[in-house]
Amino acid sequence: MTITLTLKQAPAVPLEAEVLSPDVFAELSNAEIRALIVYNGKRQVPLEEFFDVDGERSDELVLHGDLTKVRLIGRGMSKGSVTVHGRVGMHLGAHMKGGRIEVHGDASDWIGAEMKNGFIHVHGNAGGQIGAAYRGSLAGMKNGTIIVDGTAGLEVGMRMRRGTIILGGQAKDFTGLQMKGGTIILMDGAEIRTGAWMNRGTIISMKPIKLMPTFAESNDSNPTFMNVYARQLKRFGVNLPFAASEGIYQRFSGDLAVPGNGEILVWQPA
Amino acid sequence: MLRITGGKVYDPANEIDGQIKDICIDDHGQIVDSVDGGRTIDATGMIIFPGGVDVHTHVAGGAMNFARAMTPEDHRRTQAFIRTKNRRSGLGGMAPTTFATGYLYAGMGFTTVNEAAVPVLSARHTHEELADIPIVDKTTLTLMANNEIMMDQMEAGEYERAKNVVAWYIWAAKSYGVKAVNPGGVAAWKWGADAKQLSSPIAGYNTLTPGKIVTMLATICDDLGLPHPMHLHCNNLGAPGNISTTLDTLKHLEGHRAHIAHSQYHAYGGDGWDTMCSATAQLAEYFNTHPNITTDAGAVLFGDTVTITADGPWQHLLYKLTGRKWGNLDVENETGCGIVPYTYRPSNLVNAVQWASGLELMLLIKNPWQVFLSTDHPNGGCFWRYPEIIQLLMCADFRKECIAKLPDKIKGRITLPEIDREYTLYEVATSMSAGPARALGLTQKGNLGVGCDADIVIYEEEDDVARMFSHPRYVIKAGEIVIEDGDIKETPEGREFLVKPNYAPETHEFMRPLFEDCYTMQFDNYPVELERIENPVMQPLKLEK
Repeated sequence: MTITLTLKQAPAVPLEAEVLSPDVFAELSNAEIRALIVYNGKRQVPLEEFFDVDGERSDELVLHGDLTKVRLIGRGMSKGSVTVHGRVGMHLGAHMKGGRIEVHGDASDWIGAEMKNGFIHVHGNAGGQIGAAYRGSLAGMKNGTIIVDGTAGLEVGMRMRRGTIILGGQAKDFTGLQMKGGTIILMDGAEIRTGAWMNRGTIISMKPIKLMPTFAESNDSNPTFMNVYARQLKRFGVNLPFAASEGIYQRFSGDLAVPGNGEILVWQPA
Repeated sequence: MLRITGGKVYDPANEIDGQIKDICIDDHGQIVDSVDGGRTIDATGMIIFPGGVDVHTHVAGGAMNFARAMTPEDHRRTQAFIRTKNRRSGLGGMAPTTFATGYLYAGMGFTTVNEAAVPVLSARHTHEELADIPIVDKTTLTLMANNEIMMDQMEAGEYERAKNVVAWYIWAAKSYGVKAVNPGGVAAWKWGADAKQLSSPIAGYNTLTPGKIVTMLATICDDLGLPHPMHLHCNNLGAPGNISTTLDTLKHLEGHRAHIAHSQYHAYGGDGWDTMCSATAQLAEYFNTHPNITTDAGAVLFGDTVTITADGPWQHLLYKLTGRKWGNLDVENETGCGIVPYTYRPSNLVNAVQWASGLELMLLIKNPWQVFLSTDHPNGGCFWRYPEIIQLLMCADFRKECIAKLPDKIKGRITLPEIDREYTLYEVATSMSAGPARALGLTQKGNLGVGCDADIVIYEEEDDVARMFSHPRYVIKAGEIVIEDGDIKETPEGREFLVKPNYAPETHEFMRPLFEDCYTMQFDNYPVELERIENPVMQPLKLEK
């Protein structure tokens, strides 16, 4: 049993809809769901003004439509699933504690920001600040996994403390900015200033990337943790090479400007 | 007109300790002997206090705004005030916004606050913000002890001139008195140094020492007849072993009135962070034998806050210790400022010592007319957490429970476990209202006698002290009921108390070239005009004859 929501009309101004969460919907009847309050700009309106709602009392949500301007979907959710068919707006799964979010389309900025746990998979492209800390906060995502099949924007994993972010496409500048832990895997590399101010954590790039002068090359190796990682990531359809016959990882440590103990591993195929 | 009947009145200024007494208020917001007609509040079973007076807090101005801007993470998680018919929107938290500050203070039964650190340069801004803090009455203190024009006069031995300059500054800033922060240290910070010894010359000066500034400035405050004596943040704040500096400072104040701000931060023994311990017993002993000096606790509560002080060098050290955010402001030739968000943790031995020290001072200083409730908001904790401190002071058992949660290594470093004293309601009323009002020289505050301002807080008596003090049943400000049954009913504008000390008329032209030599603004734009102050009230000077 799922609850299906279909967007009737794209809102002209952002629609803040943190009620679109399995935790909220789980015990509600169809009528109660339709009456939930969302913020259309500064106006409070019932959910049904923007969505057709089919189903009730379930923690599996399916959303259809161009949700580019619908923000905060799955905010703080702890269970169940949200599946989006279409584009989705900012702050998707921010602060989430558990459950799954899957987007068949593109996502915007701040997905999984400050998330504690859970799983987000975006099949299209995403914006910036994935799994990041909000402005002023000390730490971004604390655990969980975010996969983006396509490209990503600025400041991916900014101040993340733990957890994994995997990007199929290229990321823009400042990937892993001020990173404090966790792992970012770049299957298609990133633009400039990767790992700036990183303190700890690991960035793995499958493509050569431009590094800042404050990263020092330390050694080339195939770290043993890589095959454990690779096996874990296989179930997400990610193939991380680890065998010496295939190539070797070049390791850079930094950011020495902080100074930090982070590492960037860049794959050198044999 | 208003009559409050049947309540137990705690009015230390008139030595009324829990007697049942009627209080009458006239249409001018003053307490009178009797009234005809008007509303009657039946306060049977309730407790009546004079409205709280915060002797040392930071609620407005450039530094506070900087702190607000630096802590967006706190804004997201904190209490939000939604706009209603009689209330503006705002945010609570570590550095509440202006309107919220008024609502939160009044909501806790406080009706007067003293903004304790205003540089003359940002006085105009500070007054604008204070005008936006509703309900409570305000006073401000001008930062003086690192003002280079004043220091130059002191260095040259020109006492009269220094006195004129200080008086000129007080009136230019439209303030109520003098605040001295780390005398000489903030000026030295501009040379990358600090001033930790009272007898060593200050960087950039040949003979001027922090000790000389302390003595001279205290003398100036006395000679000018300021209602509030010099308000001093001693040198060497926060450092292990700083008790010797503090006691040395107090010796420089012999024979003068003075208020020592947040003395908890100045009462540490040991010679490093590993050996830091409480030295409050020594400091309390000094206060117990020197009734000319008052202080406020600057107590610490565990949790998140943001530290704000004119003590720039200390804030740089704190930033180095924590590795968190750091803001530094240079206020031209007057002072400096540092801002560092901070979390006090019970598991941190230094923080645990600080927590205990604040309470020890409040309990070891015998006379509640000498030591006042404060957290040096927001430095030791937010002002809206005062009820937690009151609970710690009133309930020895609760205190013991809290001590039991501290790390074992705390043993031998603090004296709090050996103290059994519990504050009575009368002592709480003294320490949160009557005492600070008297120290500030605000004779019409903290007093339920006839002719005084009708600032009154009424609590429903209950066993949970923290709850009782954080949820007053009624708060009355200038005779108007502002809080009723926990709801904000009215949000009248507060007033600001000012003094105009006497200075030689030629001081203005004496200042002009000195100012124009080195400041970035025009001299004529510098003094704050009286019209800029909303609802100013001139407080008389304490001059003999």
